[in-house]
Amino acid sequence: MDRPIRVLVAKPGLDGHDRGAKVIARALRDAGMEVIYTGLRQTPEQIVETAIQEDVDVVAMSILSGAHNHLFPRVVNLLRAKGAEDILVVGGGVIPDDDIPGLKEAGIAEIFTPGTPTSKAIEFIKANTRRLA
Amino acid sequence: MLDKETLDRIKQEKKEWEEVRIAKLLEKRPERKDNFVTGSNAEINRLYTAADIENLDYLEDLGFPGEYPFTRGVQPTMYRGKFWTMRQYAGFATAEESNKRYKYLLEQGQTGLSVAFDLPTQIGYDSDHPLSEGEVGKVGVAIDSLKDMEILFDGIPLDKVSTSMTINAPAAVLLAMYIAVAEKQGVSADKLNGTIQNDILKEYIARGTYIFPTEPSMRLITNIFEYCSKEVPKWNTISISGYHIREAGSTASQEVAFTLADGIAYVDAAVKAGLGIDDFAPRLSFFFNAHNDLLEEVAKFRAARRLWAKIMKERFGAKDPRSMMMRFHTQTGGSTLTAQQPDNNIVRVAIQTLAAVLGGTQSLHTNSRDEALALPTEESVRIALRTQQIVAYESGVAETIDPLAGSYYVEAMTDRIEKEAMDYIKKIDELGGAPRAIDKGYIQKEIQDSAYRYQMEIEAGKRVVVGVNKFQIKEEPPKGLLKVDPSVGELQKKKLMELRSGRNNEETADRLQNLKKAAQGDSNLMPYILEAVRAYATLGEICGVLREVFGEYSQSVIL
Repeated sequence: MDRPIRVLVAKPGLDGHDRGAKVIARALRDAGMEVIYTGLRQTPEQIVETAIQEDVDVVAMSILSGAHNHLFPRVVNLLRAKGAEDILVVGGGVIPDDDIPGLKEAGIAEIFTPGTPTSKAIEFIKANTRRLA
Repeated sequence: MLDKETLDRIKQEKKEWEEVRIAKLLEKRPERKDNFVTGSNAEINRLYTAADIENLDYLEDLGFPGEYPFTRGVQPTMYRGKFWTMRQYAGFATAEESNKRYKYLLEQGQTGLSVAFDLPTQIGYDSDHPLSEGEVGKVGVAIDSLKDMEILFDGIPLDKVSTSMTINAPAAVLLAMYIAVAEKQGVSADKLNGTIQNDILKEYIARGTYIFPTEPSMRLITNIFEYCSKEVPKWNTISISGYHIREAGSTASQEVAFTLADGIAYVDAAVKAGLGIDDFAPRLSFFFNAHNDLLEEVAKFRAARRLWAKIMKERFGAKDPRSMMMRFHTQTGGSTLTAQQPDNNIVRVAIQTLAAVLGGTQSLHTNSRDEALALPTEESVRIALRTQQIVAYESGVAETIDPLAGSYYVEAMTDRIEKEAMDYIKKIDELGGAPRAIDKGYIQKEIQDSAYRYQMEIEAGKRVVVGVNKFQIKEEPPKGLLKVDPSVGELQKKKLMELRSGRNNEETADRLQNLKKAAQGDSNLMPYILEAVRAYATLGEICGVLREVFGEYSQSVIL
């Protein structure tokens, strides 16, 4: 690998629970990735703009409010509209199993639910980042 | 508490016991771990004796229940007089749906209401605001105007129940709506019992539902203190919250420290605004978490009570004992719930319930087993409430006051937590107080470091979470989770349209204009907000006016 993987950790929507997002951000950084964290209350438009501006390889989003079905797919669609469909999009949070197939169909590569070790997210990102391939 | 000679003998014999007996045993049979720590990573000795609490002065450090420094509890008879208030936090979808859940909970023997609002309400947006899209009714009930509030409390007599509302940045608006609903029921404000959370500092630190910058936020809070001391005297005007600080990953000592540091900031602000300490301080209340380390949590509650009493007496010169009395609500630890084998959570919640009760809480919310997955179903909520009832009626722990007092371990830990919290408060004082320490990211960083360390310990297997990193099984996805009907958003939008076409819009606009002028000056905003609410101005309109005048808080992002 000639350069580190760049990841945008993002909190879409109005949800203020960012413990998970911050823990993941640090774990990814400790695994050698470059991490940018957006802070709270980002609209899908803001997330996509930051992702493109910062030229990231991965967007990792966290939601615990239940608004994932609305917000995750919008980020994927906006990335596609900007021609950035090669950015890997993953999500995490309190997300019921029933919602996961729909989210994957919408283009979210993987959903990490409560109790997932950070090592699993790191492995997934390393194995699936498309831009460095 | 023992004489010196006895203490010396205990120390000597303990030393011999460890050096001879234990050392020999360890060669053959080592202990399970090299070092033992609490849930918050504090070191635990093998054995505690009277020597560990040799400096404890019973009358000075513990005293009697209902008396300074309140270590043993705030009421003289505690649960022999009456049990804690069993108060389940609930609210979802529309006011109609939530009203049904409240009536169900009251029928099941719950003794107080606790309202959960959805995120748009908590951040001061109406349901038809673009940022509300996808969030309406999800984590709580959607309240756009007094109309929704009337439905929420329909058939619930507000002079008979006490209501806690988890609302912070727009707390003044929701309190005004509650007062207005009571008026319509013929209940005057001086008869109202309840609590608004109204704690903006921990929103900046940990919970995230802030709107305005620090200064106008502190003004709104002191406006509420002042207004309620005259008009709503039985109302708890703030619930200074460690709950969310702990959920964000803090240790037990940090939970106490940062909560009390926030408390100091509120008292400072109110005193600076000219309020008399004993006029508002008796209505301050607190809110803590209960995690799994039973004895450490009990010690935490006792330490928090003693430390707050000292701060109020010594630092602020309060004279009224009620100003020194830390009354608190407790909620069991949401972050301790596992999505794996969710029924195990019932047991965790039972342990945490014991911690809260042995710690002397005034009210308690017990989490439901399925909350790592979704909002709880009615059945799960009932088990959670029954857990409290079993502890109250069957366990026997409520029959005497502060039964763990005098335990060498619990008293030593109470001292440790108090001391660690005092050290943090000193450090925060040096940084210029809690608001400055938050601006600098100091408090957030301390919490994040603890959270990260905790996660790494789990991943390294140093900490066992049953069902997550040990004793796992293959599981089917859970069935029967509560789903919020996605049409709630549309329904609220429709209700808002009807409201806006049905009310006297000129009157509403006038009252919003008056509020704006008042916000630009320095008068108490509560009466203006109440007037706007009565004219059916929406929450979003009222907060919109205040946003125009005050601006918005910008978060310092710390990693």
